[in-house]
Amino acid sequence: MAETITAPPKTSSGKPLRTEEMIVNMGPQHPSTHGVLRLEIVVDGEIIVDVVPHIGYLHRCFEKHCEHMTNYQQVIPYVDRMDYVCSMNNEFAYVVAAERLLKIQVPERVEYIRVIMAELQRIASHLIAVGTYGIDIGAFTPFLYCFRDREKILDLFEMTCGARLLYNYMWIGGLSHDIPSDFIARAKDFCAYFKPQIRDFNNLLTYNEIFIKRTANTGVLPADIAVNYACSGPMLRGSGVNWDLRRDDPYSVYHKFEWDVAVGTGETGPVGSCWDRHIVRMKEMEQSVRIIEQVLAQIPDGDVQSAIPKRIRPNPGEVYARTESPRGELGFYIVSDGTGTPYRIKARSPGFVNLSVINEIARGGMVADLVAIIGSIDIVLGEVDR
Amino acid sequence: MTPQEIADKISARFAGVPGIGIEAKLDSPVDPYIKISPDHILDATKFLRDDEEMLFDFLSCLSGVDLKGRLAVVYQLFSMVKRHKITLKVEVPTDIPNVQSVESIWKTANWHEREAFDLYGITFIGHPDLRRILLPYDWEGHPLRKDYQVPEYYNGMKVPY
Amino acid sequence: MGLLDKQFDNSNIVITSLDSLLNWARLSSLYQLQFGLACCAIEMMAASASNFDMMRFGVIPRATPRQVDVMIVSGTVTLKMASRIKKLFDQMAEPRYVISMGSCSNCGGPYWEHGYHVLKGVDRVIPVDVYVPGCPPRPEALIEGLMKLQEKVRNESLAKKKIA
Repeated sequence: MAETITAPPKTSSGKPLRTEEMIVNMGPQHPSTHGVLRLEIVVDGEIIVDVVPHIGYLHRCFEKHCEHMTNYQQVIPYVDRMDYVCSMNNEFAYVVAAERLLKIQVPERVEYIRVIMAELQRIASHLIAVGTYGIDIGAFTPFLYCFRDREKILDLFEMTCGARLLYNYMWIGGLSHDIPSDFIARAKDFCAYFKPQIRDFNNLLTYNEIFIKRTANTGVLPADIAVNYACSGPMLRGSGVNWDLRRDDPYSVYHKFEWDVAVGTGETGPVGSCWDRHIVRMKEMEQSVRIIEQVLAQIPDGDVQSAIPKRIRPNPGEVYARTESPRGELGFYIVSDGTGTPYRIKARSPGFVNLSVINEIARGGMVADLVAIIGSIDIVLGEVDR
Repeated sequence: MTPQEIADKISARFAGVPGIGIEAKLDSPVDPYIKISPDHILDATKFLRDDEEMLFDFLSCLSGVDLKGRLAVVYQLFSMVKRHKITLKVEVPTDIPNVQSVESIWKTANWHEREAFDLYGITFIGHPDLRRILLPYDWEGHPLRKDYQVPEYYNGMKVPY
Repeated sequence: MGLLDKQFDNSNIVITSLDSLLNWARLSSLYQLQFGLACCAIEMMAASASNFDMMRFGVIPRATPRQVDVMIVSGTVTLKMASRIKKLFDQMAEPRYVISMGSCSNCGGPYWEHGYHVLKGVDRVIPVDVYVPGCPPRPEALIEGLMKLQEKVRNESLAKKKIA
């Protein structure tokens, strides 16, 4: 924390120097805001007094579109585009909610493939988070390494469903394509290749002295404030709260595999700093590789399209289902009125909720720390604004 | 605790309070919910957060719903300590949509309620800073209502295709 | 003509027109505005990172609109953002070009029907030179769009007035 000035300095005539707070605009177009976010920062010199975020620059009327779809399956491409960096996880959350509403049981093979895709997408999303965080702090090289490894994951996705970024792959009741015959071998190769890469990233960025100096004491989020603000994902786990929806509110087949939940321990500074959130993401990538290897070894046979319903007409009712996306808790609240068109779909996005805490953690720091804090929250404006 | 036990406990705690309007729909096809009157939601949620057996410390989602003539606010509450969950519902008429704000109980409701105000027009009494969050500050109308008409022009730009 | 004609057989002299020289310099160093809106921005970042590497074309991202030649509008343009895009375009110095990347900025994209807050195509507020279709377009498609822009720049002339 920077020291505050208690008494104003005096000019040569002996009268105190008049100071004033200034409003600095970190506008919608900015290299470090990870998208179109506008922050109105009230500063006293270099020290932040207040941060007012203005969002909505990417509000694409997702919920209105859902109410006009003729089919629950038609919502899936829109759900993809919400958090465009981790599309598979978005689709996973939506199909879990829809299948809970329709009471559909999918085949085992579908569940296993969904877990593989979700975990691969988690690694890809964290690679972007880490790479762009490095650029924000000033390190350009990790960005290139992260994108090189991410291209390998996107090759796997392209082999399966034809798309690199927005897949429309997980359908209600199944999947759009089965995995090709050499997918398992190539995925195993990727896991073997990627494990030493994480060690390289840690050497390059995480344990770099400049990175630690910039992130270890900034943006400290205490655990009770994190829970009150309903933060989730690496933001919550970085503050020391051991909570992961894959283990604590289980869905799909995650309970069949063995893996650890990464929690921030305050290794380089107070618990809940930006560095803690970063190390949680690095450890999560390791654990995702561990899950993928276990799934690849046990994947059963079956037909991935056998449970896809021909006509989707749920009974009137409502459901709220939540899953763990790379940014936190992604939930869908679906209200059905008995027809084939959804009546109301609300997406509870982790970015929207995690961003609301920025005023609490940025106050008192400097403007340069604000850039580090935004990078550590890891927002994607597509899901903040929907 | 099962939803039936939670509903019983709330009814017992607020028995005798006039106008509390507690209705529990626990045999709903998928998710059970408890309906509370909009003027008592603040007391009910304070009880739910602080009571030793309930400890609902996590407000996951606060959404508005347009029920054609009435607007509803739905709260999804979870307890990280006790591992149970409940859904609360509040219904108000569309012409006077006033609901007590729960921002003082869970700070996360601040932005959620701003969004419900922006898209549905539900006014939250007691909210410190109720203004639009997703749409521009000079937008007219509340788009997610079922009877919303898309404007023809906004600041000189044609809106429909 | 006779004094200088075919007197130089040494190969370190190049004769060209001023138009070609200027156009060659301009198309080889089109700095772009570091400006990503939505999903297409991720593909734009992937296009300038390893594997596709837009920087070998001379396209380097700069943070301020004063120092750039091309603005790649990648992602959905909303009504709230449209006035800012117009402001950014006005701040760019001429000669300036705009590449509209992706379906959303071409024509509104998947949000054309019920998007009350989506601008149906960025060409409603600024003039566009190249449209790159796709949702999102592959990085190779973006690079092809860039090369089409380079074709356009190659055919410009100082004598003719550039429209807008």
